[in-house]
Amino acid sequence: MMRRRMLMLVALALVASLVVVACAPTPEEDETPFQTAFVYIGPPGDMGWTYEHDRGRQQVEAEFGDAVETTYIENVEQGPDAARVIRQYAQQGVDVIFATSFGYMDSMYEVAEEFPDVIFEHCSGYRTRDNMATYFGRMYHPRYLSGLVAGSMTEVNSIGFVAAFPIPEVIRGINAFTLGVRDVNPDAEVRVVWTNTWYDPVREREAAVALLDAGVDIIAQHQDTTEPQKAAQERGALSIGYNSDMRAFVGDTVLTGPVWNWGAYYIDTIRDAMNSDWQTHQYWGGLEDGIVLLADFSPRVPQDVRDRVATAQQAIIENDEVFCGPILAQDGSLMVAEGECMSDEAMLNMNVFVEGVVGTIPQ
Amino acid sequence: MTGLVALLTSILTITLRAGTSLIFGTVGEIYTERSGILNLGIEGMMLASAVTGFGVGYYSDSALLGLVVAACMGGLLAAVHAFLTVTMRANQVVSGLSITLFGTGLASFLGERLGPATNNHSLVGLIGPRFSPLVVPGLSQIPVLGALFRQDPLTYALYVLVPLAWYYLYRTRFGLNLRAVGESPLTADAMGVDVIRIRYLYTILGGMLVGVGGAHLSLAYAPGWTENLTGGRGWIVIALVIFAMWNPLRAVLGAILFGGINAVQFRLQAGGTTIASAYLNMLPYLITILVLVAMTWWEALSHRVGAPAALGVPYIREDK
Repeated sequence: MMRRRMLMLVALALVASLVVVACAPTPEEDETPFQTAFVYIGPPGDMGWTYEHDRGRQQVEAEFGDAVETTYIENVEQGPDAARVIRQYAQQGVDVIFATSFGYMDSMYEVAEEFPDVIFEHCSGYRTRDNMATYFGRMYHPRYLSGLVAGSMTEVNSIGFVAAFPIPEVIRGINAFTLGVRDVNPDAEVRVVWTNTWYDPVREREAAVALLDAGVDIIAQHQDTTEPQKAAQERGALSIGYNSDMRAFVGDTVLTGPVWNWGAYYIDTIRDAMNSDWQTHQYWGGLEDGIVLLADFSPRVPQDVRDRVATAQQAIIENDEVFCGPILAQDGSLMVAEGECMSDEAMLNMNVFVEGVVGTIPQ
Repeated sequence: MTGLVALLTSILTITLRAGTSLIFGTVGEIYTERSGILNLGIEGMMLASAVTGFGVGYYSDSALLGLVVAACMGGLLAAVHAFLTVTMRANQVVSGLSITLFGTGLASFLGERLGPATNNHSLVGLIGPRFSPLVVPGLSQIPVLGALFRQDPLTYALYVLVPLAWYYLYRTRFGLNLRAVGESPLTADAMGVDVIRIRYLYTILGGMLVGVGGAHLSLAYAPGWTENLTGGRGWIVIALVIFAMWNPLRAVLGAILFGGINAVQFRLQAGGTTIASAYLNMLPYLITILVLVAMTWWEALSHRVGAPAALGVPYIREDK
């Protein structure tokens, strides 16, 4: 009898100890920070595209402190190199991986299949999985606003646009910019020169100089460096920046510019992932989310122009009507009828210029 | 009519400016290859020279000092190539490509480390001294050809350097020795020419000219430092040497063609003209291929204007 009671006690004690062990917090779990990684196409020192993504990463660090650890790798080539880098991060136990160039899409898509427990985020692409999402910004919002500024401030009614490649993203930006220009100045034109490069400082400068020689007095651009802005300044002309607040690197001749602001998106996405609220998505946010912004104005921009931009900005935030009719195409035909708006799908496949653009889209 | 003259003048002005770095590089590489050494490290040497030239110019506030240091940087990397290929008899293609890889990496590294603390130790985005265009009064007013007199000092230097480079190569004993070493080092050696010394000398000299070409980008044409500033111009130089058939005068024609293509097509686009820029961009490379084909077909032509016969072949002096 005594023996049986002893056995019972021992058994109870064993069970109790197991319960205690199971419930006790394991110290390691609390101290391991949430791991995130960023894959960059260029160096953060490009003062443009990658610079802005890295600023977003730094905002993540500032927001979460020790709870989140970020790492990054720069100058990753598209193709097999990208797949290797992304796979390595996934194997190391990184929780969320951000790939910040269109060209990484297929590599990430392939690796995402092998690691269903890792979250993959791809910038500017269109392929998704249960654990792979896409994100991008409606850059055409601030481009339209910067067009209002350029249209108000050109004295010769001719504005130059140094453009990288004839793809929908760039064409959409040129069109939104031109719509802004023509809303305040119906006589103004936007002259486009294609460089066929994202990053070639000398070519971008040559293109800007050619536009200045053709008589434009403001240079806008869709490139990854500040060279068109510098070329404009040296010739005493004004400019509209892109990507980052280029006024900081060039000076007050940069009136303003559409800029990226990835920090808010990165912070929200990582918070969702930490709370297990993350679901796959195709994010395309605009001014209303703050993922794209108009940079601060140069002192050269007069108050009435600023007021006009502020009104237009509020209107876009409340109701995005940038690509709502009536809009005429470059050849004068009707592109969007009055009372209609372009769908996201149509905007993502835009391949004709609006009225007011001088230049051609190579087929 | 005046519009056309103005257009031609502006095209010639920008073409010369765009071609200057290419001419320096090409003349340098012609001298190197004439001695029998193929240097594929031009791209890396131009980048390394551009960044050091700009960095030194920025701190000393002297574009001239920047230029001198850039030339030395080009010469230094060329000396490494000379040591590997002449003394160690390494494969010239492999050594040249290594110089390009090394120079490109070195340039990125220096660009991120040499800057002032206020700019995060980066040289990107800084404004330094530069060689500005000097307009010659009077001469610059000549229609079209006035473009020759609206250039920066480095372009003006070419007006002297190129004819001199041609004269030296074809009309002096030193030039004859150089060509002899490139054609037949064994014969040259028998005639008492120091093959090793000549190869070192002209590889380093060529490297210095390439360095000046790199400095023209960061100190005159696109003042400042941005990563990968050259954007492949070092490779264009290598094509240009073939295009020029190893003659400094023809190098000018080629550089103007290569450098001018973009200037012209950007101008046509800015003027609202439709043009298939892809074909225009292809043109210089197409002509280079045609030159190569022509030289293979007509042996007589290849003897007169072809590559130095001993190009790429290490010289091993037999013991006597």
